[in-house]
Amino acid sequence: MFEAILSFLPRAIAQGIPLLYGSTGEIVTQKSGNMNLGIPGVMYVGGICGVIGAFLYEQSLPSPDAINSFLAVLIPTLFCLLGSLLMGLLFCFLTVTLRANQNVTGLAMTTFGVGFGNFFGGSLVKLSGADMPFLALSATSNCFKVTLPFADKLGVFGDLVFGYSFLVYLAIAIALIASFLINRTRTGLHLRAVGENPNTADAAGINVNLYKYLATCIGCMIAGLGGLYYVMDYAGGIWANNAFGDRGWLAIALVIFTIWRPNVGVLASFLFGGLYILHMYIPSGMNLAVKELYKMLPYVVTIIVLIISSLRNQRDKQPPQSLGLPYFREDR
Amino acid sequence: METKVATVKMRDITKTFGSVIANDKVWLDIYKGEILALLGENGSGKTTLMNMLSGIYYPDEGDIFINDQKVVIRSPKDAFDHGIGMIHQHFKLVDVLTAAENITLGLDGKLDLKAAAKKIRQICDSYGFEVDPNQKVYDMSVSQKQTVEIVKVLFRGADILILDEPTAVLTPQETDKLFAVLRNMRNDGKAIVIITHKMHEVEDLSDRVAILRHGQFVGDMPTKDTNAQEMTNMMVGHAVTLNIARPEPVNPRPRIEVKDLTVRSIDGILKLQDVSFTAMSGEILGIAGISGSGQKELLEAIAGLQPVEKGSVSYIEDDGTRDELLGKDPLDIAEKGITLSFVPEDRLGMGLVGGMDLSDNMMLRSFRKGRSVFTDRKSPATLARRVVKELEVKTPGIETPVRKLSGGNVQKVLVGREIASAPTVLLTAYAVRGLDINSSHTIYDLINQQKQKGVAVIYVGEDLDVLLELCDRILVLCAGKVSGIVPGRGAKKRDVGMMMTRLGGNANE
Repeated sequence: MFEAILSFLPRAIAQGIPLLYGSTGEIVTQKSGNMNLGIPGVMYVGGICGVIGAFLYEQSLPSPDAINSFLAVLIPTLFCLLGSLLMGLLFCFLTVTLRANQNVTGLAMTTFGVGFGNFFGGSLVKLSGADMPFLALSATSNCFKVTLPFADKLGVFGDLVFGYSFLVYLAIAIALIASFLINRTRTGLHLRAVGENPNTADAAGINVNLYKYLATCIGCMIAGLGGLYYVMDYAGGIWANNAFGDRGWLAIALVIFTIWRPNVGVLASFLFGGLYILHMYIPSGMNLAVKELYKMLPYVVTIIVLIISSLRNQRDKQPPQSLGLPYFREDR
Repeated sequence: METKVATVKMRDITKTFGSVIANDKVWLDIYKGEILALLGENGSGKTTLMNMLSGIYYPDEGDIFINDQKVVIRSPKDAFDHGIGMIHQHFKLVDVLTAAENITLGLDGKLDLKAAAKKIRQICDSYGFEVDPNQKVYDMSVSQKQTVEIVKVLFRGADILILDEPTAVLTPQETDKLFAVLRNMRNDGKAIVIITHKMHEVEDLSDRVAILRHGQFVGDMPTKDTNAQEMTNMMVGHAVTLNIARPEPVNPRPRIEVKDLTVRSIDGILKLQDVSFTAMSGEILGIAGISGSGQKELLEAIAGLQPVEKGSVSYIEDDGTRDELLGKDPLDIAEKGITLSFVPEDRLGMGLVGGMDLSDNMMLRSFRKGRSVFTDRKSPATLARRVVKELEVKTPGIETPVRKLSGGNVQKVLVGREIASAPTVLLTAYAVRGLDINSSHTIYDLINQQKQKGVAVIYVGEDLDVLLELCDRILVLCAGKVSGIVPGRGAKKRDVGMMMTRLGGNANE
C-alpha cells in the first residue's frame, strides 16, 4: 500500500505539472479580462515548437554524444516561448486590437494549435525517417530530465521532494510568483482592475490594452512551457500526434477549480493529476469504459466547485467581472 | 469677474462620434474658487465635453489651455497631471477592491496601503468625509461610493473637480452634505464643475452657469443674474413652461388594492412589510422613498414578477368585480392592461434589448399578436416611427440599436412603448431618471394624459419636488414599510423627506 502511494504521488505530480503551467498562464490572462480558450492550442504549439527546436539542434550535431546539455535545454525552451508568444500576440491582436469575440477566437486558436502541432509533428516524423508514428528525441529529453544530484541519497523523502527535473520546480515557482504579483503588488492591483472593470482602470490612468497584451502574452508563454514539459520530460522526448490529449481543457477547468488563485493551483494541479491517473491504480480489469469514467473525475470536481462557489455567491470569489468582454474606451 | 483668471480655457473644441457631432466648436472657461454649473439637454454634449477634459475622449479639433499653457490631454493620467479629476455619473470603482485600493489605483510607486489609508483619513478629516479605507466597495451604499470617488480625486491633488450628475442617486440629506463639502472646496480655491439637470440645485449651489445646446456653446452668466426659466429657455432654444400640470382626478374609483404585502428577497432580507394601499383610476399615486426602500419589489409584485411571502393584490374592475393578481402569470396580468414601465438603474436591464433596433423593441410587446406563423413587423415599425416623432427621440432611424441612443432617448422609447399599449394601470419607476428638463416634461405630460384617460398611474420617483407637483397622493416608503400616505396638494417637502428616513416622519427626537 505504502509503495503504491509512493509510486502514485510522483506520477500525480508529473501529471499535474502541465496543468499547473496551463492554469497559471490562463489565470494571469483571465485576470486581465481576456478569456483565452486557445490555451489547449497554445500548449500544443509550445510543445511542438520545443520539439522543432530540439529536432533542429539534434540534426545539427555530428553524433548524439556531442550534445551540449545547456544548449539542448535552451534552444527548445526558446522555441517554445517564441511559438507561444506568437499565439498570444495573435489572440491579443484579434481580441484586443480588433475586438473580435474572445470565445470564438480562442476556440479557433485551439483548433489551429492542435492542427499546427499535428502537421509539424507528422512532418518531423517523416523527415526523421522513423518507421513508427512518433518522433523520439531521447538525447534532448535526457538533458531536460536532469535531477538534483543529491536526490537519490535522501531515500524516499528525496525522491518525493527533490526527485524532479527543473521544469517542475519552475512551474511551482512561477505559480507562487504569479500569486504574489497579482495580490500584493501595484502591477497586480492594476491587472485586477483591468479585468474587473476596464472603464475604471482606464479612467484611473492605467493602460488597459497594454496590460491585456502583456498578461495574455506572458500567460501564453507560461502555458506553452506546459506543452514543452509534457513532451520533453513527461513523455521522455517522444512526440506522437494527439498524445497531449485534453490536458489543455483540464488546465482551464483548474482555473475555475482554484477560483483564480495560482498558489492554490500548485496543490490543486497535483490533485487533478492524481485524479487523471487514478484509473491506473484502481483495479478495473479490462473494462475500458470504467477507466474513461475515472478520467472524468477532474471535470466532475470542477463542476462541484462551480456549483458551490455560485451558491455561496461571495463577491471576491467570482471570475473577473469583465471576463470575456472587449473593451473600447469610446464605446457607449 | 474681470479680476479672475481662467484656470482652464477650452477653445473651439469639436468632437464627433461617427456622423453625430457631440461638440461643435465649444468655448468654455473654468475659474478657480468658483462652482460652475454646466447645463444642457440630454445629448447636448456636456459629458462628452468634460470627458475630453478628463482624458477619456480626445478632441477631434480645438485646444485646451490650463493656466494659459496649451496642453494635450491624451489619457486620464495626463488629466491627473494637470490637476483635473472627474467624478463620473456611473462610478468608476472596482467592486471587489477596497476603498484604499480604489483610491490608489493607477498611481505609481510601491503599493503601500497603510500610508495611503493614513492620507485618506487626513483628507476625510479636513473636509468632513467618512471613509473606511479597508471597506470593500461592494459593501458600500451609493453615497459612500461617491465619497470614495471624491476622495480619490482629492488624493491625487486635483484642484479642478468635475462632477457629472452627482446628486442623481442621493437622498436630499446626502445632497445637502455633498453641497456643503463642495462649498468647502470652493472656498479652498478649487475649481468645480457640476453637471446637473436639477434647476434648484443650480440656483442653490453654483456661482456661474454655462449652457450647451445641441453640442454648441450658447452662453454663460453669473447664477445670481439669471433664473430657472431663462436657463431652461436657453437650453431648449425656445420658451417652455416649467410648471407641471396637475389636473383634478376625474371620477376616481379603486383599481388596485394592495393588502398586507410582504416580500422577501432571495437572500431572505425583508424588502416589503405589510404594505397596504389602494390605487385609484384617474389618479397618480406617487411613491417616495430612499432608493432601495422596496419600490422595485412593490411594482414587480403587482406586475407578477416578484414572489410574494404574504398579502394580496386585487384588481378591481369598473363594475366592482375583483380579481386576485398574486399567483397569476405576468402575461395574464399584462393582458388585463396592467403595464409596467420600469426604468432600472441600468436602463437597458429590463424592458428593452440594447442590441435590437427600435422597431424590434416595440415588437417585444406585440409579437404574440398576428395571425400567421410570421410576426407582424409593420405595426411595430409604425409605432416606432410615431414614438420617435411624438416624443422627439433623437435617433438616426428606427433601425438603430437602442444601445446606441443616449440615456434619455432610450427612456422615451421605453415609456412611449408602454403607453402605446393602452393600459388601465401604468406602473412607472424612475421614468425621468437622467432626463433633461424638457424631456422630463414631455414624460409628465404623457403621464397626465394617461391619468385623464382614467388610467391608474403608480409613479415611483426620486425627485421630491416633482412628486409633490405631479402626484395626487404620495405613499412614502421607509425601509419596506408604509411610512404614510399624504395628499400631493399641500404636502411639504420637508415632511415627506422626514417620512422617508423615519417611520411616520415624526420630527421629535
